Amino acid sequence: MIPAAFEYHAPKSLEEALRLLNRHGSEAKLLAGGHSLLPLMKLRLAAPRCVIDLGRIHALRYIREENGRIAIGALTTHTEVLESPLLRTKCPLLPQTAWEIGDVQVRNRGTIGGSLAHADPAADYPAAVLALDAEIVAASADGTRTLRAAEFFVDMLTTALLPGEILTEVRVPVLPPGTGTAYRKLHQPASGFAIVGAAARLTLGSGGKVERVAVGLTGVAPKAYRAAAVEKALTGKKASEKLLAEAARHAVPQDVELLSDLHASAEYRKAMAVVFTRRALEDALARAQSKKR
Amino acid sequence: MAEQPKREKTPRGGGNGLSRRDFLKGTGAAVSAGVLVTEDLLRAQTQRTSPVVGPGPVPVTLRINGQPRQLTVEPRTTLLDALRNHLDLTGAKKVCDRGTCGACTVLLDGRAIYACTMLAIDAARGQEITTIEGLAPQEQLHPVSAAFVEHDAQQCGFCTPGFVMAAVAYLRENPNPTYEQVTHALGGNLCRCGTYMGVRHAVVEAALRGKGGRS
Repeated sequence: MIPAAFEYHAPKSLEEALRLLNRHGSEAKLLAGGHSLLPLMKLRLAAPRCVIDLGRIHALRYIREENGRIAIGALTTHTEVLESPLLRTKCPLLPQTAWEIGDVQVRNRGTIGGSLAHADPAADYPAAVLALDAEIVAASADGTRTLRAAEFFVDMLTTALLPGEILTEVRVPVLPPGTGTAYRKLHQPASGFAIVGAAARLTLGSGGKVERVAVGLTGVAPKAYRAAAVEKALTGKKASEKLLAEAARHAVPQDVELLSDLHASAEYRKAMAVVFTRRALEDALARAQSKKR
Repeated sequence: MAEQPKREKTPRGGGNGLSRRDFLKGTGAAVSAGVLVTEDLLRAQTQRTSPVVGPGPVPVTLRINGQPRQLTVEPRTTLLDALRNHLDLTGAKKVCDRGTCGACTVLLDGRAIYACTMLAIDAARGQEITTIEGLAPQEQLHPVSAAFVEHDAQQCGFCTPGFVMAAVAYLRENPNPTYEQVTHALGGNLCRCGTYMGVRHAVVEAALRGKGGRS
């Protein structure tokens, strides 16, 4: 399998990348790791006339704390997220999720910006950024705008990014004390993609009550979503295994269009969404109780 | 607080006297590059705007197994095709060709990557590429390769170079792994003969030998 021939650009700055993207428009594809794009190009499902490789823009590769949030440059690899002491201490859901992405070879090259912008319905990060109420920063020739994770994912392989925009940064919160997080996933064994992936974030308040909870689900539907009914069933109540199990039953709302493929039928996905939501909540609760964040 | 990725040195394995198979030897054939074109490229790179490259063949230099290797490739050529078809380094295998099976695993600055899912031109930025051919001196086996032989950790052997490279990268990160950790670490490598048990034994054994005993 060989991709169709293309022109290759390797800009060294975001400004240059934006100029190139403006000039080439829909004939260009952005390369940010390539573990989704290159296979698509080999299958000729994508045949861009021009590839803009963002890999040399070192200014988009960082993890740093800013104004009470943690900012992650779009070109940061999954391995860097996984190994970051800052994220492990202050927002462990992202490293917990990165640990489950694909395999070590994918984690060493794939980037958080590339994964989010591609918006594969079976990708892992979407569940986590939804559960974290992350902000996603998009740059264009006209400046930057900040999107909430909840408005970023539009449909299968479709995001709110406009033509001419490049995803530059993801911002996640520093999680408050008493918060536990977990990402639990049913893997497709060969590819490592999620058949179902559940990201949970749970903060305990006084008397063991659930003060705040968020659950993001991926792999289940054409786009990742927040399991609002699960969150509602938990908020303000005293946390127990029984409560979590009951709440998890609401993981798949009626109006969700379920995915179905040779790996898992819609019915199986729905059942597993409940199971993995429960497991993620149980792990998050245990961590919240042990005061680990 | 900014963080930088870890960088590791190129591995040099100690041998144990076992002979390597002839087909794993690199032949060292380099394709001569158009000097004038290279100079044009370098000049353009020093200017503010990066050069347009391709779609035709362009000269690039890859650092492979400690040596600079010049070759001429189209931008669409993957690192794997460059290694196998341009440099006669056929240890990395082409199997799925879509970043799933791990048979093409090589090291990029010490980290395991899929050579099939990286453009050769993207690997020509001075990164150190290590292939199975560069793991140990000629006629010698890297301790991990030797452990694979001893534990019969292969059947048809086609996936083996990829497994060895992934294992070498992992053992440098974690020299003292459990079986479970090895299983997770080699999750990116598939074996259709089903030799996973042998592979896990081999990797843990290589670790024990490297440490002189597990704590």
